[in-house]
Amino acid sequence: MTELDEIDRRLLRALVRDAGQSAGALGRRLGLSQPATWRRIRRLEQAGVIAGRQLRLDAEKLGFGVTVFLGVKLALRGRVSLEDFERAVTAIPEVQTVEHMLGLFDYRLRVVARDLPDFERILRRRIMTLPGAGEVEANVLLSEERLAGPL
Amino acid sequence: MLDDGDRKLLRVWQAEPSLSQGELAERAGMTTGRAVRRIARMQELGILQGVGVVIDWSKLGYAVQVSLRITLEKSQGNAFDGFLAQARQVPEVIEIQTFLGRVDVRLSVIARDMAHYQQIYRSKILTLPHIAEIEALMQVAQVKTSEGLPL
Repeated sequence: MTELDEIDRRLLRALVRDAGQSAGALGRRLGLSQPATWRRIRRLEQAGVIAGRQLRLDAEKLGFGVTVFLGVKLALRGRVSLEDFERAVTAIPEVQTVEHMLGLFDYRLRVVARDLPDFERILRRRIMTLPGAGEVEANVLLSEERLAGPL
Repeated sequence: MLDDGDRKLLRVWQAEPSLSQGELAERAGMTTGRAVRRIARMQELGILQGVGVVIDWSKLGYAVQVSLRITLEKSQGNAFDGFLAQARQVPEVIEIQTFLGRVDVRLSVIARDMAHYQQIYRSKILTLPHIAEIEALMQVAQVKTSEGLPL
């Protein structure tokens, strides 16, 4: 496990907001030299604390007006291979995230669609036909906030 | 609003968010100048909001992630606002989503281990206002995390 000091925490908070800033600009705000900032970022990347980078796009402006979270239960538990389900669900372009869960549902999917008819098409043609897919519960996303977390 | 060149840029960048603008232009088959202008325009339009790092909380010792599906007491008019305002104050809450469906709100909560989760749940979650019902699902694995849009 990686221990963070106060500067690492501030650095991570800044990078979550905007990873496009140069190490020089970040360093000036944190009171570090450019090489020292760069070394810290590199250390966090190597430790896997920074898992990667993500482009933030406005889905609605790009024509994806609907985001739906689906809870999926697998039917015939034990007889379906989780690998088969996971491989098939991961390949659906409209499925943005897949989480394996323990509880009420087996999988939680985040699905984007242009509108509700488009979502219905994805649900019927792609989700319901997945190997092993059983009961599905849909909740339409109204708002979303990402928080900094315990940094 | 977007042409094929813009989409190409976003597709390439989305798949590899760490690319520099020069590399991005090359992969998208255009000059750096043209790519930079397109990116600037998409930023102005608010389509492109930036690039952020993704934190792997497990590397910081947060091994447990729980999804809490919450139904609120909606008979009180300010239930949503009151609940959300206080949920934002809990450092271990990293995501808040509101829905149209069977579930009103979902919180993503991270904890170091089950004992730590239990403590957060009792002292910081159950004390949130206007909760009618809570269901907890534990995340076993993240199978797909790209959150890319099918452009």
